Amino acid sequence: MSNLLAARELMAFTLAFHIVLASLGVALPAMILTANWLGLKRGDGDAMRLARRWSKAMAVTFAVGAVTGTVLSFEFGLLWPRFMERFGDAFGIAFAIEGIFFFTEAIFLAIYIYGWKRLGGWAHFWSGVPMVITGVGGAFSVVTANSWMNTPQGFTLDGAGKVVETEPLKVLFNPAWVYEVPHMILAAYMVVGFLVASIYAVGMLRGRRDRLHRLGLLIPLTVACIATPIQLFVGDTAAREVADHQPAKFAGMECIQESGPEQTEYVGGICTSDGVKASIPIPDLDSYLVGFSKDTEVTGLDEIPADERPPANTLLHLAFDAMVGIGSALLLLGLWLAWSWWRRREIPRTRWFLRAVAVSGVGAILALWCGWIVTEVGRQPWIVQGYMRTSEAVTGAQGIWFAFAGVLLLYAGLGAGAVLVLRAMSRRWRAEGDEEAGEGEVPYGPSEAVSG
Amino acid sequence: MSRADVAAAILWTGATLYALFGGADFGGGFWDLLAGFDDETGARPRERIQRSLTPVWEANHVWLIFILVVLWTAFPEAFGAIMSTLYVPIALAALGIVLRGAGFAFRKSVQRLSYRRAMGAAFALSSVLTPFFMGTVVGAIAAGNVPAAGEGDAFASWLQPLPMLTGALFVLAGAYLAAVFLVSDSERAGDREMESWFAARALAAGVAAGAVALLGLIALHGEARYVYDRLIVEGLPLVILSILCGFGVLALLLARRRRGLRPLAAGAVVAVIWGWGVAQFPYLLPTSLRIDQAAAPGPTLDSVLIVFGAAVVVVIPALALLYWLSQRELLGD
Ligand code: HDD
Ligand code: HEM
Ligand code: HEM
Repeated sequence: MSNLLAARELMAFTLAFHIVLASLGVALPAMILTANWLGLKRGDGDAMRLARRWSKAMAVTFAVGAVTGTVLSFEFGLLWPRFMERFGDAFGIAFAIEGIFFFTEAIFLAIYIYGWKRLGGWAHFWSGVPMVITGVGGAFSVVTANSWMNTPQGFTLDGAGKVVETEPLKVLFNPAWVYEVPHMILAAYMVVGFLVASIYAVGMLRGRRDRLHRLGLLIPLTVACIATPIQLFVGDTAAREVADHQPAKFAGMECIQESGPEQTEYVGGICTSDGVKASIPIPDLDSYLVGFSKDTEVTGLDEIPADERPPANTLLHLAFDAMVGIGSALLLLGLWLAWSWWRRREIPRTRWFLRAVAVSGVGAILALWCGWIVTEVGRQPWIVQGYMRTSEAVTGAQGIWFAFAGVLLLYAGLGAGAVLVLRAMSRRWRAEGDEEAGEGEVPYGPSEAVSG
Repeated sequence: MSRADVAAAILWTGATLYALFGGADFGGGFWDLLAGFDDETGARPRERIQRSLTPVWEANHVWLIFILVVLWTAFPEAFGAIMSTLYVPIALAALGIVLRGAGFAFRKSVQRLSYRRAMGAAFALSSVLTPFFMGTVVGAIAAGNVPAAGEGDAFASWLQPLPMLTGALFVLAGAYLAAVFLVSDSERAGDREMESWFAARALAAGVAAGAVALLGLIALHGEARYVYDRLIVEGLPLVILSILCGFGVLALLLARRRRGLRPLAAGAVVAVIWGWGVAQFPYLLPTSLRIDQAAAPGPTLDSVLIVFGAAVVVVIPALALLYWLSQRELLGD
C-alpha cells in the first residue's frame, strides 16, 4: 500500500514538473515566430531581439523538458510494469506516434536556435515553423494516451485479461480525446502566454518601460487572452462529457452525494458524506450545467460501489473550483486588455493591470496542475478506467520512497538550475543591450575566468 | 519474416542508431572528463567537443525514446519483465540522463567558473555512468538473467562479469566513436592539433574496446551459452566484419589517413550490435521469451511499422539536414 502511494506521488510530482516545460515546448515556438515575423516584416529590431532571446531561453527549457520527459518514459516501466505489460500494446500506440513529433521538434528546434547567425532571415524563420506543428502533434499523441486511460476502447481481452486484439484508430480516437487534447493545447498557450507576459510585467513594474518590454508583454498576452475564452468553452464541454463518461469522477469533483435531479452547485467547501460544508451553494445550477435543465439527473457517489469511488473528494472538488476560478479571472484580465485596446490602442495605464499580469503566469500554471489533478485523481482507483486498478499495476520493487526523496532533491536542483541560468541570461542581455555576445563558447576554460 | 520479426528489426535499427549517434555523444563526455583537470589544457578539446555536440545531442537522444516506445508498444511483456527486474541500473541510467542533459545545457549558459566546473563535471561524469548502466542492462538480458515473468533478482541479475564487461564496452565504444568523429570534425575545422589529439585517443579507445570485447566473449561463453553458441556460428560473419573494420580504423589512424575513417568505425560497432541480435534470435529475452511470444497483436505491430515508415520519410531527411548544416558549421551560438 505504502509502495503504491509512493509510486503515485512520484509519478504525479514528475508529471507536474514536466508538464510546465512541455507547455513551453508546445506553445513557445508560436510566440517566438510571431515576434520573428514582426521583426522581418516590419524591420522591427525590438521584435527580432525578443524572438532571439526567447529562443535562447527555450534552448534551456527544452533540454530540461527532454530529460524530465525521458524520466517519465522510464517511470512507466519502473513504477507500473504490470500496466505496461498488459496494456502497452494499446496505450503505446499513441506514444509511438509521439516519437516522430519529438524527433522533428528536436531537429528543427536545433536548426532554429543555432541558425540565428548564419541562416538567411526568412529561411531561418521557416526552419522554425515545423516546431509549431510538432508541438501540437506531440501534445495530441501524449494527451490522447491519457484520454485512453480515461475512456479506454479499441482492444479485446481474452479470459486471462490479456489484450489479444487491438484497433489502433479506436485507441487513438477514444471518446475523451475530443475535449482533452484541445483543452491541453489551449492550456499550453495560456500558460506560456501569461507566463512570458508576466516576466515583462515585472520588468515594467520595476520601471523598465521601453518598447521592448511593451512588446514582450503584448505579444504573448494577446495570444493567451485569445485562448482563454475558447478554453472556458472547451472546459465546459469537457465537464459535461466527464459527467457522461466518468460519472464517479464528476460526482467526486462536484461533491454529489446522492443521484437525482435539481443538483446544487457547490462553490468551494469541504466534502463530507453528509453534504458540503463551508461552501457557497447555488441551487439547481449543477443540473443546468450538465443538461441545460434543472431536471437533469446527475449520478451521485451513492450509486458508485464504495471501492470504485475516487479518493480525496475535497481535494478534487477544490482543484476543480480553482481551475474554473482562475480561468474566469484570466478571462476578466483579457476583457480588461481588450477594452483598453479598443478605446485607446494602449494597455491599461494603472499599475494594477501590470500587477495582475505579473501573477497571471503562476495562476495559469496552477490551473494547469489543478486540471490534471482532477483528471488523474478523479480516475482513481483505476489506472485504466474500469479495466485495471492502480494497485494491480504497481511495481513490486521496494524503496520507492527513497527514490522519491532522491527525485525531489534532483528536481529541486534542476528547477533551481534552470531558473538561475535563465535569470543570468536575462541579466546579461540587459547589461549588453544589443548583441547577445559571449554565450560562452568554452565550457569551463580559462577565458571565462577572465571575462566572467 | 513475420511482422513480429520486422518489429524486432525496427527495435534493433533504433538501438543501432542510438549506439552510433547517442553513443558518440556519450563518448564526447568521456573525453571531456579526461581532458585534464587543468582548465588551460582542457579548454581546446572541450571547446571542440561542445561545438560538435551542441546542435545535435537532443535529436540524437530521441533514439532512446524511440527504443523505449517501440519496446513497450510492440513487446510489452518484455518491457515489463526488463523494467521489473533491472530497475536498479535502469533508474541509475535515468539519473545519469538527467544530470547529463542538464549539466550540458546549463554549463554553457552560466558565467561563474565554479558553476561551470560543477556543471561540466556533472555532464562528463554522467556521460560515463549512463552508458555503463545501459550496458549492464544489455549484458544482463543477454545472460538470460531477466525471466519472462519479470521480477527477477534485482541485483544478482546484473552484478555479474558479463553485464559489467558489457557496460565497460558501451563506454569504450562510445569513446571510440566520438574520438573518430572528432578527428574528422577537427580536420574539417583545420585544427591540426586537435586532430592528432583525438586521433591518439581514437587509437587507444579502439584497442581498449577490442580487448574488452575479447574478455566479453569469454564471459559470454561462461554466462550466456545460448548467445555464445549462435554468435560463433550464425553470427560469425558479423564478428569477422567487425574485426576487419576495427583493424581498418587502426590502419588508417596509423597511416594518418582520414578518408573512410568514420564509416569503418561505425561499421565495427554496427556489426557487433547486429551480431548480438543474430545471436539472440529468436529470443528477445534468452531463453525465456521469444519474439513471437512477446509480440503485441497484429494491428499494433502494423502501427509500429507505419510509424517507422513515417519516421523514415520525415525524420531521416530532417536529421540529414541537421547534420549537413552542422557539419558545414552553419549552426552555432
Ligand atoms: C490554463 C489552464 C486551464 C484552465 C483555465 C481550465 N482548465 Fe480545465 N483542465 C486543464 C487546464 C485548464 C488541464 C490541461 O490541466 C486538464 C487536465 C486534463 C485535460 O485534458 O486538461 C483539465 C481538465 C479539465 C476537466 C477534466 C477532464 C477529464 O478528466 O477528462 C474538466 C471537467 C475541466 N478541465 C473543466 C474546465 C472548466 C469548466 C474550465 C473553466 C471554466 C476550465 N477547465 C479551465
Ligand atoms: C506521461 C506523460 C508524458 C511522457 C511519458 C512524456 C515523455 C516525453 C519525452 C520522452 C520527452 C523528450 C523528447 C525529446 O528528447 O525531445 C518529452 C518532451 C516533451 N514532452 Fe512530454 N511526456 C509526457 C507528458 C507530456 C504532455 C502532457 C505533453 C504536452 C501536452 C508533453 C509534451 C512534450 C513536449 C512538447 C516535449 C519536448 C520538450 C520540450 O519542448 O520541453 N509531454 N516528453
Ligand atoms: C498526458 C499524459 C499523462 C499520462 C499518460 C499520465 C499517466 C499517469 C499514470 C500512468 C499514472 C499512475 C497511475 C494512476 O495513478 O492512475 C498517473 C498518476 C497521476 N498523474 Fe498523470 N498522466 C499524464 C499527465 C499528468 C499531468 C500533466 C499531471 C500534472 C499534474 C498528472 C498528475 C497525476 C497525478 C496527480 C497522479 C496521481 C493520481 C493518484 O494516484 O491519486 N498527470 N498519471
